[in-house]
Amino acid sequence: MAENLKFRNPQLAQNIATKIKSLTPKAGKTKICHVCGTHEWTITHFGLRSLLPNGVEVIAGPGCPVCVVPAAEIDEAVQLAKKGIVVTCFGDVLRVPGSQMSLLEAKAGGADVRIVYAVSDAVEMAKREPQKPFAFFAVGFETTAPSTAVEALGNPPKNLSFLVSHRLIPPAMELLLGLGDLQIDGFIAPGHVSAIIGLKPYELFPRVYRMPTVVAGFEPIDVLMSIYMIVKQKSEGVARLENEYPRVVKPEGNPKALKLMDEAFTVTAGNWRGIGRLPDSALQLREGLAEYDARLKHDVHVEQGKDILLGCKCHLVIIGKIKPDQCPMFLKACTPEKPVGACMVSNEGTCRVWAKNVAVQT
Amino acid sequence: MNLQGDKANVDFGQGVLREVNVSLVEAKVGDYVLVHAGYAIQIIEEEDAKETINLWNSILEAGQ
Repeated sequence: MAENLKFRNPQLAQNIATKIKSLTPKAGKTKICHVCGTHEWTITHFGLRSLLPNGVEVIAGPGCPVCVVPAAEIDEAVQLAKKGIVVTCFGDVLRVPGSQMSLLEAKAGGADVRIVYAVSDAVEMAKREPQKPFAFFAVGFETTAPSTAVEALGNPPKNLSFLVSHRLIPPAMELLLGLGDLQIDGFIAPGHVSAIIGLKPYELFPRVYRMPTVVAGFEPIDVLMSIYMIVKQKSEGVARLENEYPRVVKPEGNPKALKLMDEAFTVTAGNWRGIGRLPDSALQLREGLAEYDARLKHDVHVEQGKDILLGCKCHLVIIGKIKPDQCPMFLKACTPEKPVGACMVSNEGTCRVWAKNVAVQT
Repeated sequence: MNLQGDKANVDFGQGVLREVNVSLVEAKVGDYVLVHAGYAIQIIEEEDAKETINLWNSILEAGQ
């Protein structure tokens, strides 16, 4: 489908780039922030920054769900594993550093840690091995949280519990606006988070912060279009919320998913790696589901962890303050094969995306 | 795609089939779905995809 519909058409890309360039004198310097690891992948993989004129810059904000899980919550997962609970998680969570060790290191030490593709795989495993206690490490933004909700509400097996570390994107976007020295001129909002939450949660950005905000898809033309739409708004001196991705994002989002999330979770404050504590930015299981809450069931609770190792600049990369190649360890002490920080671990981490696409980037 | 309760067999293209949970959407056989971590999170209408091209054109033309 994508090929027929010209989502990657080079001529169209050139046309949009020319349009962006023609607006730049009027728009002035424009710094655009996206908050999605997949947007960073599209931008880097297809070399989109090379098409942008001087003065139009796109930076990566906290868009990697695995990267922002604080060390304390990795520590909780490690504690569960060390207590003999089978910990199931998505593949890129495995190597994320905790305060002492990652889940992979816990596994190497004999703990039973298993990679799953979907939370339903964890449910199936727990049913197949009813004599063992299982926990699913639920990491992800609003795109992933509904699937955890489906299973938590779907009468899961009694030997399964959930270590919920879901985070919400709009509070992190709001935080970036509070960082005075970052000086963002526009947001590219994440398409697949928006497929769930719809447009409403972004309304405050143009209204309160005068921030052009465009929800965008993940093909190169989608991202270029969203950059053009933001530059255009800036050149006209307006701030609007626009949807570049209507083929997937409906104004109301996915009401079924939102209802299930609301039934399963309450919104609470949460810690973000490299950022700190953000109000109303995390999900926890509702009281009615307490018997499935891994923290309560197995009595694990880590208040503080060691988020950033000495020399690692993940905390600055996560909020877009520096680019990966401004970290002295990038591709030297810290590589995709031997990552030091969380941003180099996950496929959605900015450092890993840059490391894997370095030839395209330069 | 074929359906059985909340589970559907989804064709990811080039013969790759995988079971996907469709309880977050109202999917029927033949629909295109957007899949995230084993769960369909949205139905994509081919017409909507074509509309995107029209949207791009109208935005680009409006900028002239």
